[in-house]
Amino acid sequence: MVIFSVYVVNKAGGLIYQYDNYVPRAEAEKTFSYPLDLVLKHHDEKVIVSFGQRDGIRVGHAVLSINGVDVNGKNTADGKDILEYFKDPANYPVSIRFGRARLSSNEKLMLASMFHSLFAIGSQLSPEVGSSGIEMLETDVFKLHCFQTLTGIKFIVLADPRQSGIDALLRKIYEVYSDFALKNPFYSLEMPIRCELFDQNLKSALEVAEKAGNFGAGS
Amino acid sequence: MSRQSNRTTDSKKMVGDSSRINNSELFTLTYGALVTQLCKDYENDEEVNKQLDKMGYNIGVRLIEDFLARSSIGRCQDFRETADVIAKVAFKMYLGITPSVTNWSPAGDEFSLILESNPLVDFVELPDNHSTLIYSNLLCGILRGALEMVQMAVDVRFVQDTLRGDNVTEIRMKFIKRIEENLPAGDE
Repeated sequence: MVIFSVYVVNKAGGLIYQYDNYVPRAEAEKTFSYPLDLVLKHHDEKVIVSFGQRDGIRVGHAVLSINGVDVNGKNTADGKDILEYFKDPANYPVSIRFGRARLSSNEKLMLASMFHSLFAIGSQLSPEVGSSGIEMLETDVFKLHCFQTLTGIKFIVLADPRQSGIDALLRKIYEVYSDFALKNPFYSLEMPIRCELFDQNLKSALEVAEKAGNFGAGS
Repeated sequence: MSRQSNRTTDSKKMVGDSSRINNSELFTLTYGALVTQLCKDYENDEEVNKQLDKMGYNIGVRLIEDFLARSSIGRCQDFRETADVIAKVAFKMYLGITPSVTNWSPAGDEFSLILESNPLVDFVELPDNHSTLIYSNLLCGILRGALEMVQMAVDVRFVQDTLRGDNVTEIRMKFIKRIEENLPAGDE
């Protein structure tokens, strides 16, 4: 039972806070010798596997690090192009870590704005008047819960589909926001939240919710 | 570390009961120090009134979220419900008093809050040279800022003030318009 992430979106649709609580499980690190039997290609500023799935390395996985050093988009940490690097036999044997590429912060910003616009569809599609926006979005791997306050701030939680008590968690996050972000006089409204106390209290609220969710599911 | 933050949340849960009363002297003194410093800085009652209103506004825009988070009150259907929530829930939560709601205008867009007592002005007397000072003007700013964040533009002013010789403190609130820009989705 895990709560995967928390997003806070301001009135204008901008992401002001984001916290990831999960560790991507599907990561594989292997040592390769020349020539590389995987086919790699560029995609969206990353290098991903397009053919040659094996041993936990799947198509679509991105190159995360080479010889233990995290890569920087399409280039290695020292700035060399990764595909060129792999063509040179002198660089082998090489240890490469593959995994599902995490969303960059720009991507998260874009997705949050997109969700902000989509949220309104819930009330627009509604056959009855006075419907709220999208409150829950379900996939087979996670459930997204959204709570919009009367002032227009949205708190979004991505959790395991079986996790219970998310409504209470959303209200708790609202309380933590009103305490540790708003009561901090140096925090300006609608701006990204960079308050340590907010982070700490949010994490402990997530821990409490995860434990409570476990009890609920077990009984 | 988690125990520490639990303690903070616990003490926050005590808001509104006797622990608050122990702090009200400090609150009165703090507010008094604030007003007298503003008077020294600006030397002009009108300017001080404006500053108090501005400060109140900044407090109000933050306080509304705290109020909504703690009281779980939903959207009010009309101005009368708003008046009731302000008087019976908000004032009670933050100042421990329950003003009465009276003097509704015929159109239902204006009402008065009558405060029998005002914790801000315990022990305060206005001297003669500050006769136009609205001592508790912070409250007007707070109400204006808080309601603006829930899409209501209101005008808030003091019409009677015990500090200036009246029997009761009366705050008049007038609904101006619904703020249509940046409406949260689902509220049209």
